[in-house]
Amino acid sequence: MPTVSMTVNGRKMSGECEERTLLVNFLRENLGLTGTHVGCDTSQCGACCVHINGDSVKSCTMLALQAEGAEITTIEGVADGDNLHAIQEAFRDNHGLQCGFCTPGMIMSALDLLKHNANPSEAEIRHHLEGNLCRCTGYHNIVKSIQAAAAAMGGTP
Amino acid sequence: MYAFKFHKPSSIEDAARLFSGADDARYLSGGHTLLPSMKLRLAGPSDIVDLSGIDSLKGIKVEGDKVVIGAGTRHNDVALSAEVRAAIPALADLAGGIGDFQVRNRGTIGGSIANADPSADYPAAIVGLGATVHTNKREIAGDDFFTGMFETALEDGEIVTAVSFPRPKRAAYMKFPNPASRYAVVGVMVAETASGMRVAVTGAAPSVFRIAEMEQALASNFSAEAIEGITVPADDLNSDMHAAADYRAHLVGVMAKRAIAKAAG
Repeated sequence: MPTVSMTVNGRKMSGECEERTLLVNFLRENLGLTGTHVGCDTSQCGACCVHINGDSVKSCTMLALQAEGAEITTIEGVADGDNLHAIQEAFRDNHGLQCGFCTPGMIMSALDLLKHNANPSEAEIRHHLEGNLCRCTGYHNIVKSIQAAAAAMGGTP
Repeated sequence: MYAFKFHKPSSIEDAARLFSGADDARYLSGGHTLLPSMKLRLAGPSDIVDLSGIDSLKGIKVEGDKVVIGAGTRHNDVALSAEVRAAIPALADLAGGIGDFQVRNRGTIGGSIANADPSADYPAAIVGLGATVHTNKREIAGDDFFTGMFETALEDGEIVTAVSFPRPKRAAYMKFPNPASRYAVVGVMVAETASGMRVAVTGAAPSVFRIAEMEQALASNFSAEAIEGITVPADDLNSDMHAAADYRAHLVGVMAKRAIAKAAG
């Protein structure tokens, strides 16, 4: 089996996997990073969202081998030790989750939004979240959480 | 997903060689059609030739009155490009409406047009803006590129290298997106180009098509009113659980009018 190496949350990691192994399965099963979820497995729901070289992507629709040499950030790499990232705090403060299954993807997606647009309007947030499905909240508190995070971060994601 | 061999060449020549040397190879670009098809076992290639390591396929250049976009350029690179936005805002708008933000960070223009999905957005830009498709073998006029549902003028193993778009005098793209996946149930690009009016429709039929009657009407009066009453027959349009053919025919007129109104400013 081929070996694939990548930098995940700042640490160099490598592992063996089949050519057909999806990145999300490599992260979860080979590296034990189970914060990235598999929801729909068809690139619709966004639960598997991670950052690759700074861009949010759906890790269920990418081969692990395609990430060779890449810098990857998963939900596990967002907090600074025990200190939650402002966006995580905002989801907690604003009840931005219920069951929590979509939350890692929501946060990774929202982080990418705030990188491109530090002060998004409600409409821009809702447009950006088209690729992230939540079946609990009705999105309202997720949007509020992202607005609160944008305010708390003051333009520095 | 069935097992396959994986190759990641760094040149177009190597990619073509790997492709022709394999039993049943497929090129992989953004992978947002091919990988889902492979997961469903609708596709089971023996070899995957990943084109993402070929730097010469990537990038955006504005050359005179043309915008040249490398085939491996991602939708978000086009959508968020200040150069594209300044030269052909309709093209940046179209790219920014494909799928969702994460999909746009993977999907590429070359992959999209080579796949020729009937509901893809880019075919409306290729035909509607009168683009030219460059491959590793030749140039293909945009009007001749799409030949049917999931069918193009590309030969087996031929690689799209870039697409060049002449800058239109004015243009706009409007679509009725599928509410879940954002693909074009019907999308219409309307453009006034140096070589005349163009109205190109994607999503409605097995392949992108132009509406000559609307183009003639716009030539004398560039307004939504000018195409009032011009319809396309529903007979040959797509019909599925999301939209029946007669509804798609209706949407063609609505989207065309919206695009004209937007282009007219």
